[in-house]
Amino acid sequence: MRFSMLPQVFAQMFKKPFTNKFPAKYTPDSTTKFMENVQNGKTQIIPPVPPPEGFRGKIQYDKEKCIGCQLCLKVCPSEAIEFKPEEKKIKIYLARCTFCSQCNDICPVNCLSMSKDFLLADTDKYSKELTVE
Amino acid sequence: MSKATTKTSYQLPIGPIHPALKEPVMFEFEIEGERIVNVDVALGHVHRSIEWAGTKRNPVQILYLAERICGICSYCHPMCFALGVEKIAKIVVPDRANYLRIIHAELERICSHILWAGVAAHEVGFDSVLFLTWQMREKALDLTEYLTGNRVTKAITMIGGVRRDITEDMHPKILETLDYFKENFEKLRHVFLDDKTFMLRSQGCGILTKEDALKLCAVGPTTRASGVKKDVRLDQPYFAYGDLDFDYVTPDVLTGEVNGDVYDRIIVRLLEVKQSIELIEQCIKNMPAGEIVAEKKIAKLLATLKKIKGEGIGRMEAPRGEVFHYVKLNESDAPYSWKVRAPTYSNILPWIPMLKGQQIADIPIVAASTDPCMSCTNRVAVVHKNERHILDKEMLHRMSVEKTRRLMT
Repeated sequence: MRFSMLPQVFAQMFKKPFTNKFPAKYTPDSTTKFMENVQNGKTQIIPPVPPPEGFRGKIQYDKEKCIGCQLCLKVCPSEAIEFKPEEKKIKIYLARCTFCSQCNDICPVNCLSMSKDFLLADTDKYSKELTVE
Repeated sequence: MSKATTKTSYQLPIGPIHPALKEPVMFEFEIEGERIVNVDVALGHVHRSIEWAGTKRNPVQILYLAERICGICSYCHPMCFALGVEKIAKIVVPDRANYLRIIHAELERICSHILWAGVAAHEVGFDSVLFLTWQMREKALDLTEYLTGNRVTKAITMIGGVRRDITEDMHPKILETLDYFKENFEKLRHVFLDDKTFMLRSQGCGILTKEDALKLCAVGPTTRASGVKKDVRLDQPYFAYGDLDFDYVTPDVLTGEVNGDVYDRIIVRLLEVKQSIELIEQCIKNMPAGEIVAEKKIAKLLATLKKIKGEGIGRMEAPRGEVFHYVKLNESDAPYSWKVRAPTYSNILPWIPMLKGQQIADIPIVAASTDPCMSCTNRVAVVHKNERHILDKEMLHRMSVEKTRRLMT
């Protein structure tokens, strides 16, 4: 066919959009107002596509289990992990984390794991949400 | 009004920042009317000191640094580095890991080629095809996320194997996605190769002859589209490519002739997508059981790498062509030297014969037809007193001899 894309384009007009409209169908006028409304239960958020099994999201840290061996510091490619010598525990700065989960692999007591959280945007890189300890 | 004017050529600079170019690169065209008479390419706007940063890190950390050399080839760079290190440390990779490595490499090739097809459609101003191809790419990314844990930075490489296994229960999802690709491949082939719009824009445009491709050492689909049978997977098989059944993809497989134009480069990339689907199927069918990594304990692996000395190279066929990593370990935490040669480096000079004689409007599609990746290529920046320098061939040769001597000591 000379213009083989045409049937595709016409067929597409009657199909549902491929994209998931997260978090709302149309961009809200004010993001803060939209978030307020969501918290008050006035509007509904369109949920994101659920991540699959084994997705590498925000790190979870089991402080009790940690023995302070510092192996994770050695393999972290972005040096996102800080050692606290007085407590012999670690602190992870998620603003630097590359989500490679190499620290999870090397940990001898399995005190680190990856959760499925990925909505981590923040204006302050040292905020409570972005530091794990 | 009607004064006689003499025709002269004029200069047209395009770049470093330009909407038609995805990454910073500077072209200086000499134009006569609408026709390009001469081209000069200037690089070096995005030097990131990745090699230097590598010499401050241990090999396991470098894997993730290498991943960030290129966003699209985020698998072949760390894998190529791992191949180099494995050669030095004489690590024998388990059979199963070799097959798993092929599955990831071919999945990346599918992703990259489909992405390129979309970009090429966009460059000729055919944006509805861009969305069609990227819809397919979304499926490829979903599969990547399912197999590796993330969509782009896969973090699947480990020295001596891979980090995640593909278990029996994952096969249905892989096969389902491959079936989707096979169904849609025909659609894509029809749109790209039979459509009049594409034919008009790409046939006879940006021709790279076989002689030029050989002379300028072009790599990957760019050289195969000119009829040169060059593919690291077949020339010097790595992983388990030796066990698999496949052949060089040149445009004459489909059309019976080799022109070396943009249309041929589209053919080669599309056929390679098909080939990759077949290779993944073969791998899943023939994958042996066994370990997925040679040394499970990373702390032990790092301790062994700390004790060895030597140099090794890794070569791989990335989606864009041959990628080459040189590593030298010197009984310390960090490697003594690390050198990366991305495939685009070899594909820059072929731009000049391709662009000569073309129209101005064809610049974006011809430039995009080699699938350039400028940030991956930039390895050297000379900064000295804010002056502009030109290093000639003798100077560069002398400097490289000096560097080699420095490395040898």
